[in-house]
Amino acid sequence: MNDGVISQVDQPRLNPMFRFQWEKAQDCYVLLYPEGMIQLNGPAGEIMALVDGKRSVADIIITLEQKFRDAGDLTEDITGFLGDAYAQHWITL
Amino acid sequence: MRSTGSPCSARPSLPTEVKPHGQPLWLLAELTYKCPLQCPYCSNPLDFSDYSSELSTQQWLDLFQQGRELGAVQLGFSGGEPLVRQDLKQLIGGAHEMGYYTNLITSGVGLNADKMADFRDAGLDHIQVSFQASDESVNNMLAGSEKAFQQKLNMAKEVKAQGYPMVLNFVTHRHNIDRIDRIIELCIELQADYVELATCQYYGWAHENVEQLLPTRQQLEHAEQVTNRYRQQLEEAGNPMKLIFVTPDYYEERPKGCMNGWGQVFLTITPDGMALPCHSARMLPIEFPRVTEMSLQEIWDQSPGFNYFRGDDWMQEPCRSCDEKDKDFGGCRCQAYMLAGDMHAADPVCGKSPDHHKIEAVRQRSETVRNDSSAFVYRNTRNSRIFARG
Repeated sequence: MNDGVISQVDQPRLNPMFRFQWEKAQDCYVLLYPEGMIQLNGPAGEIMALVDGKRSVADIIITLEQKFRDAGDLTEDITGFLGDAYAQHWITL
Repeated sequence: MRSTGSPCSARPSLPTEVKPHGQPLWLLAELTYKCPLQCPYCSNPLDFSDYSSELSTQQWLDLFQQGRELGAVQLGFSGGEPLVRQDLKQLIGGAHEMGYYTNLITSGVGLNADKMADFRDAGLDHIQVSFQASDESVNNMLAGSEKAFQQKLNMAKEVKAQGYPMVLNFVTHRHNIDRIDRIIELCIELQADYVELATCQYYGWAHENVEQLLPTRQQLEHAEQVTNRYRQQLEEAGNPMKLIFVTPDYYEERPKGCMNGWGQVFLTITPDGMALPCHSARMLPIEFPRVTEMSLQEIWDQSPGFNYFRGDDWMQEPCRSCDEKDKDFGGCRCQAYMLAGDMHAADPVCGKSPDHHKIEAVRQRSETVRNDSSAFVYRNTRNSRIFARG
């Protein structure tokens, strides 16, 4: 199917098994699933916040590069994370 | 007990803004002790018939709000059978609006497609259906109900059809664990997302019935091998279904880190409004706080009950000098109380416990005892009155 390689035109969508939200008490974004919670670090949360089934991977990269101008080229970080997220079944493509 | 600046504290006092313990991420709302089933491994207290009063809708909603402010994010609706509560939809709706991930933990008895759709509209995130076995007659024998199994199957199919994530929970024991392949096959057929193959935990009614429930070591090893074989098959087939295999700690040599530590993550509220650090703790000779008398924040941070086993000052030998005490916290306090007769003792599951021979004796008995379903003490009001004080 997709051996972990994310293409720029993919439009990732959150797996309906998970709910994504900001948690004030944890001060981070989290993924909630039956009886469990994954706490996302800062960059992972920023990426997941843009996953909506409409934005392409390229859109997500551009948006975050504009938001974090000092960070340089984020392509590798973002596709790498989305590849992991796909392998973990957090997102579908 | 270990609050800021206590003169009795052996430790340096902490700055006021730093709490010496975790947040109650998991709030378990035991809405009622009423249940149409009579499972002989129920985790409810033996004397549940003594506690018939129930918190009101408004009291529950207020508690959910307080829990959310303390950082709670997972909310479990449990019981008894939570579907017995007529205000369940309202409670789900309220909790959803507060931002909880809402879990309904049910036998499926009393559920139907309309209710499920109603709950979905109210914001229910997840329904966990518990099964007693994959085989109809064993399942019904254990649940004490003829129609239960077919109803559960239908409800499991409906859960999936309505787009809920599906977690199936199979309680395994010596009567059904040899059928674990059929249990897993059934879960594959039902397209479960998560499957918990959980051996009984021997508290409450399950402790009364331990002889008829505890599998032999050989049964357990066989079941784990079968589970591992299916895990491999599922992975090869690209099936994301997860199999979670929970072994009984009676076959371990070190205790479990019960509840991730006392008063660290988990908060249970009983139907009549007692707050507990775990759903079995009601059996302990500790005066636990009532939600009608204190706020959840006071309960969590300050009540003697919730502070009782925090940290390790309470420990005795062999725990006190053990280099694993930060990992397992001395094991389960309820098990220590039940088996060693002292809730401060090491959990007898531990090979270092002077009472470990009691666990070994139960294991040994499991090798010779004959399966006899007529020997079960079923969880019902009549039997509960025998244990009740009233």
